[in-house]
Amino acid sequence: MNTSFNWLREYVPGLDVSAREFADAMTLAGTKVETWTRLDKNLEKIVTGKILRIEAHPDAEKLVVCQVDTGNGDPVQIVTGAKNMKEGDVVPVVLDGGRVAGGHDGGPMPEEGIPIKAGKLRGVLSNGMLCSIEELGSSREYYPEAPEEGIYIFPEGTAVGQDAVDLLGLRDTVFEYEITSNRVDCYSVLGIAREAAAAFGKEFHAPKEKESGNGEDVHDYLSAEVLDEDLCPRFTARVVKNIRFAPSPKWMQLRLASAGIRPINNLVDITNYVMLEYGQPMHAYDYDLVRGHKIIVKRAQDGEIFETLDQQERKLDHTVLTICDAEGAIGIAGIMGGQNSKITDNVKTMVFEAACFDGANVRISAKKIGDRTDASSYFEKGLDPNLAERAVNRACELVEELSAGEVVGGIVDVYPRKREASVVKCTVSEINGLLGTELSGEEMKEILERVELSTELRDGELTVTAPTFRQDMHRMCDVAEEVARFYGYDKIPSTLPSGYAAGGLAPDLLVNERARHLAEALGYSQAYMYSFESPKACDRLLLPGDAPERRQVRISNPLGEDFSVMRTLSMNGMLTALSTNYNRRNKEARLYEIANIYIPGELPLKELPDERMQLTLGFFGEGDFFTLKGDVETILRKLGLKGRFHYDGKGCGRSFLHPGRRADILYDGKVLGYLGEIHPEVAEEYSIGTRAYAAVLDMPVIYPLANDAVKYEPLGRFPAVSRDFSMLVPVNVTSGEIEDILVQRSGRLLEDVRLFDIYEGAQILTGFKSMAYTVVLRSKDHTLTDDEINSTVRKILNGLEGLGITLRS
Amino acid sequence: MENARLEELRKRLEDSLGSAANMEALNEIRVKFLGKKGEITRLLKSMKDISAKERPRFGQMVNDLRAMAEAALEKQQKELEKKLREARIQSEAIDVSLPARRMEYGHSHPNTRAMEEVERIFIGMGYEVVEGPEIEYEENNFEKLNIPKGHPARDEQDTFYISGNILLRTQTSSVQARVMEEGKLPIRMICPGRVFRSDAVDATHSPSFHQIEGLVVDRHVTFSDLKGTLDAFAKELFGPETKTKLRPHHFPFTEPSAEVDVSCFKCGGKGCRFCKGEGWIEILGCGMVHPHVLEMCGIDPSEYSGFAFGVGLERIAILKYEIDDMRLLYENDVRFLNQF
Repeated sequence: MNTSFNWLREYVPGLDVSAREFADAMTLAGTKVETWTRLDKNLEKIVTGKILRIEAHPDAEKLVVCQVDTGNGDPVQIVTGAKNMKEGDVVPVVLDGGRVAGGHDGGPMPEEGIPIKAGKLRGVLSNGMLCSIEELGSSREYYPEAPEEGIYIFPEGTAVGQDAVDLLGLRDTVFEYEITSNRVDCYSVLGIAREAAAAFGKEFHAPKEKESGNGEDVHDYLSAEVLDEDLCPRFTARVVKNIRFAPSPKWMQLRLASAGIRPINNLVDITNYVMLEYGQPMHAYDYDLVRGHKIIVKRAQDGEIFETLDQQERKLDHTVLTICDAEGAIGIAGIMGGQNSKITDNVKTMVFEAACFDGANVRISAKKIGDRTDASSYFEKGLDPNLAERAVNRACELVEELSAGEVVGGIVDVYPRKREASVVKCTVSEINGLLGTELSGEEMKEILERVELSTELRDGELTVTAPTFRQDMHRMCDVAEEVARFYGYDKIPSTLPSGYAAGGLAPDLLVNERARHLAEALGYSQAYMYSFESPKACDRLLLPGDAPERRQVRISNPLGEDFSVMRTLSMNGMLTALSTNYNRRNKEARLYEIANIYIPGELPLKELPDERMQLTLGFFGEGDFFTLKGDVETILRKLGLKGRFHYDGKGCGRSFLHPGRRADILYDGKVLGYLGEIHPEVAEEYSIGTRAYAAVLDMPVIYPLANDAVKYEPLGRFPAVSRDFSMLVPVNVTSGEIEDILVQRSGRLLEDVRLFDIYEGAQILTGFKSMAYTVVLRSKDHTLTDDEINSTVRKILNGLEGLGITLRS
Repeated sequence: MENARLEELRKRLEDSLGSAANMEALNEIRVKFLGKKGEITRLLKSMKDISAKERPRFGQMVNDLRAMAEAALEKQQKELEKKLREARIQSEAIDVSLPARRMEYGHSHPNTRAMEEVERIFIGMGYEVVEGPEIEYEENNFEKLNIPKGHPARDEQDTFYISGNILLRTQTSSVQARVMEEGKLPIRMICPGRVFRSDAVDATHSPSFHQIEGLVVDRHVTFSDLKGTLDAFAKELFGPETKTKLRPHHFPFTEPSAEVDVSCFKCGGKGCRFCKGEGWIEILGCGMVHPHVLEMCGIDPSEYSGFAFGVGLERIAILKYEIDDMRLLYENDVRFLNQF
């Protein structure tokens, strides 16, 4: 939404502030000024001048020497290359020491403009410059009368020595606003002017439409009927005959230009002007093409094809509202007219339509049709039905003012249920209670009436009547907001809520936080991945066709195939990140991620999926499987899992991990996650040219096990005994199996088990390996006797024998 | 005669001590004079051959000699030890500027760093940190926030839909309804989390980003409480000189609503390139919980009021750490991550 400052001042004459003051105050009152542009930026010392004489340049074929009367005594001599002017023309002249906004080619304008100084051109003194519209910072788009190339020429009879910038309407500033969706009334110059008047405490001169029309009755020309009232609360139309096309006057063109709308002709400009001024789009039909001179507003039929005035065939359905004549559609309500009733240069009589359509319906229809027009962007916000009549009358008033045609008297108006003003009752103390202020009822009343909310105050109770253009006034809080924004958010005190509460992280979040800090302490840096990925990630991870991870939550309107499914594994993200680092030649990367995967129940989704937080570790560079295993155990132990972990290599079916170097992590019979070396084929697929490792911990399994409660254990006062077992072990027996025996058989006496040597090779019997463990035993309450020690060692040996293990001598 | 013998012994002892250059030599001297068969020991043993009359005087002299020998040996040993230590220390000098052997600590992602800062501030003010689901019912993301079907706000947030009434949440405000419907009052919570909007990836957009929602519901909560809370938050986050400015705005689920600017922490509000010359930087949206939102969650707005706010985490991270391209946040290049 853009408005010209001059246009606003027409409705708020007292608005005597700088652009900066205006922008700040409007923003603080809720009409946010995004930016503003001074149209006269860098335009200095530019006056109207009459060309008295044009003579050839003695030394340059392409230049001419002009004597220009700028109303200041002697003529000014100016050398120019322009060709389009003749003696007697009045043109904009920038004098010596002045400044223009841009070059004559209309290219990007330098921030500081272009200074103009007297100087010689091919030996002839030039004391200034004649200006094109581009040099004045504008374009032919907004000054259609300007020549395609050359100097701008004012209408005949323009006085010399005037401020040319002012004359062109460029002594103005254009503000651009961000209007919130609840304030559709502010998508208009009038709405902004009303807010500006309130913000500055100035008078708002609301326009009153003048009566227009001849002695005829429009109902003799046209009838209208609305079949779908829910989608069209009001339909109004007026008829104009004896159309006379002409360019609109300069003042109107300039105002359209200030809003970025190109002037076309008087009638088109009038509808655009009223749209800007009132915020009500209108549409014009060729009366003679409206069959039966009857308009019917109704839903389209499913599959109906309709050609809009941009010559596109649109497929409609019963949710789309159409404007029809006696025989069929002539327009899509609130979006675009039809080719069949379009205004052409031959039009004699036309119908001006101003209606109110259901906002949501227009928005959905515009989306469906695939064309969001200027008009639909207004309608979809939900207009005030009482605006339609005013707007069409305003348009007709302008038709008469501009002599663009003869307005037929009367208005066709279908308005079955009149929208009434809404009334909100609340108390002064409720408002102060919500805002934390201590305003009096009188102060509130004064503020509210500034924005046309008429207010009765009785015994501390406010009765606020909101005009229909304010569709956002329903409850006390809405009134409170009006009070707050014109009282000033900045004047409301700053306090803190009373009462105390114990803050902190929810228990699971606390575990996540501890896990994060542990991963970092172990040298892993945190990565962030997307939650959605390509379904092809499953193939890249070598998941079998029937893998449960292939059952994924699918986004129905994804940004593309690569972002179309919610991940069921965190591995693709981790491998992608490792790959990025590897391919950017980072020597090593140690990353972790803590984020969700999404495991659906029934598909398509009826209930929310299971969102499972995953702690994923991954690295390449220094370290191997056992480094990773150590890191995982350190994290888990510090999270409070103090017991023994088991590693199930055979049971781990993770296809993306090396089949001989992967394991599920078990604890207390539960699978906590998995770890391993990345499968060489997968590493290649992700272009990771070195061994990489990854582990995933399924946090929901860990939350109930994580426990940082500590209970002190008395220090052992009695001596420990350690025994070494040097074993000959069949190669297929795992360290885990041996440890299980050592732990179980040592029972309560066990303090520690440690592998201190492992060897496979020449001196060892084929099919065997040599392993040596130390077992440390200690009792809490006495010094161990030889008998106890020997009996434990015997039990251990029996157990080892069961695994086919013998002691080495 | 005994005197002369003792004198000669003392002299020999002193001579050998004088030439003892190391511990071994010193030990030899100790053995030679004070050992079981050492000369002084032998003298003591020969006491029985001395007449009873002479014995006390001679004994005294030998004991003196022994004490002198022990003291001298002790002294000599200390000196030698000192010398040796000094020699060792000298020989052990290292180039302290050689590289450290250090264990590389990992780094938090800038998002997390910002999140922890925000969390710390609000935990200090008594807020509980909770989370809610990222895949949500449409109802919690929209209807219960006063955004019914057909509301224009639904278009402003380009939503990823899953199926039927399930979508990827577009805002952490979706957690508001969940917390309020639990029915435990008063509420003082923040909810950090991942949200999704259908924006293509570029330097300032990401289809997935993070927000922190704040919600307070209690008796007598006022707009001025909201102002004071956010002011305290901004001062903690950006420094004690920071000023806050609330601008009226519109959100369907709060009324009155505001957007909040903080004075530019680079230029202090004078206007610089960082704040695009404005002196202010927008950081969050907020407002008083709309009474209809309270009602939909079973809370009586005539008894309770509340405020809510939403902060974009990436926005805070980008501002605080001066990150110039949002894509860096999701590339996970360790050269980037290791700076945090």
